[in-house]
Amino acid sequence: MIPPNRFRVSLRRRTAAGLLLAALAAPAPAAHDGERLYTRHCAACHGTDGHGGVGVPLALPDLLATVSDDYLRKTIRLGRPGRVMPAFHQLSDAEIGAIVTHVRGWAKTPPLPEPAVGRGDVARGAQKFATYCVGCHGANGEGGHGTGVTFSRPRDLPVLAPALNNPGFLAAASDAMIKATIMRGRQDTPMPNFLNWGLSEQDIDDIVAHVRAFEKRPRAKVAVVSAAEPQVLLRTSPYSVARTVERLRNAVAGANMSLIRAVPADEGLVDDKKENPARMIVDACDFRFLNKALAIDPRVGLLLPFRITVVEQQGKVLVMSVNPRRLTTLFNNSELNPICEQMYRIYNEILDEAVM
Amino acid sequence: MQRLVLALLLCVTAAAASADELVMLRSARPFAEAMERLGQAVTDHGYRIQRVQRVDAGLTSGGFPSAEYRIVYFGKPDEFNALAASHPRLLAYLPLRITIFAEGNSTVLVTNNPALLGTFFKDDALRTTFQHWETDVRSIMEQAAR
Repeated sequence: MIPPNRFRVSLRRRTAAGLLLAALAAPAPAAHDGERLYTRHCAACHGTDGHGGVGVPLALPDLLATVSDDYLRKTIRLGRPGRVMPAFHQLSDAEIGAIVTHVRGWAKTPPLPEPAVGRGDVARGAQKFATYCVGCHGANGEGGHGTGVTFSRPRDLPVLAPALNNPGFLAAASDAMIKATIMRGRQDTPMPNFLNWGLSEQDIDDIVAHVRAFEKRPRAKVAVVSAAEPQVLLRTSPYSVARTVERLRNAVAGANMSLIRAVPADEGLVDDKKENPARMIVDACDFRFLNKALAIDPRVGLLLPFRITVVEQQGKVLVMSVNPRRLTTLFNNSELNPICEQMYRIYNEILDEAVM
Repeated sequence: MQRLVLALLLCVTAAAASADELVMLRSARPFAEAMERLGQAVTDHGYRIQRVQRVDAGLTSGGFPSAEYRIVYFGKPDEFNALAASHPRLLAYLPLRITIFAEGNSTVLVTNNPALLGTFFKDDALRTTFQHWETDVRSIMEQAAR
């Protein structure tokens, strides 16, 4: 029989050994998981090999030499509110770490040592910022325009100037990283080495202090949707389904849209001649508007072309479409907000005219 | 401490949209091949393709040249008809769609996560449907992107 004390020790040892075994057996993402996770969560925007697309290129030697793993981790976790890059709340720390390891694998050299950052003067930094940085990063650090760029469309540059006032950027970037970027620049992007432009380290410390002061300014606008915003724009028509569809045809023409089709909603799903004429769809598009929207964000095809559904239900004829204002947040693209707002207004006008 | 406060503020005032509201994948294949695989994946999962909207053709004929850009609508006839009868407002979001477009030599597929509909239509009877759509849509896109 084991004495009680020895039993407790034995139990503790076994428990410890069990925990150790469990920890070893736990599915912590291995290095190779980084590639799988990157492919699943990042490659759609940043490209399979990190050469960019909807998102910025990541396989830039100067980028990887300048940014820390902590910067990459926080960027993935927090995203860039209103600047397309979403926040990956659903990934564990270990999964984010595996992705960072995978991205880091594209670096040909280890990260360079971070420069020491001295005390900067915000006011002097503002002056230097106005001279050297505003042209690309905007007067308030709001960044370059043209989010959602894609290689499927003409583009002047592979990257956008980052929004330095973005809360996601400010939370992720250390002062040393900002300083290193200004000092060294980024090859293959428009960001020059500002030491070569004659700035001193003190000048750069001043600029860093100015950029850090963006934290105290009003935040960048992002899509904010009221919880009360309906998911569907809905009207009740006083007309029959056929008459409502006819009125919709006229309404979309009046809004300078091209009618694409007005057909039963189940056409193509059910066999020919078995479609339900009490459920119709009307598809319409303003291709100039669509072209403009796609240039801002190629994912906007989730909302366009404009589709109106007409349904007869218990003696009522309902006319409806998705609510672009409700869906704005999906894209995390503040440049798209005015487009969605315009869509919201036009859709409502068309629905109103059809049931008037 | 300042950073912690900033991080907390991020969460409550200016959080970026959560990544799982959109499902996006890249296929290393050129558009035509990826499109064919998407069609196959849709039918392999028991859905019928209702229509392929050739957005690029519309844009080009309107004087706006575009690389390949299509929207694939798909559904199951019985499910569509049953939901249209029981939840007519849901029709605004049906049939399901996947947007597919060329980006250089590769192809991007994107759709809204069907689970998102659960936040729009808070009906217990629909929850299972949205869940199985999410599973199917992810599986379809992964098959198409392979």
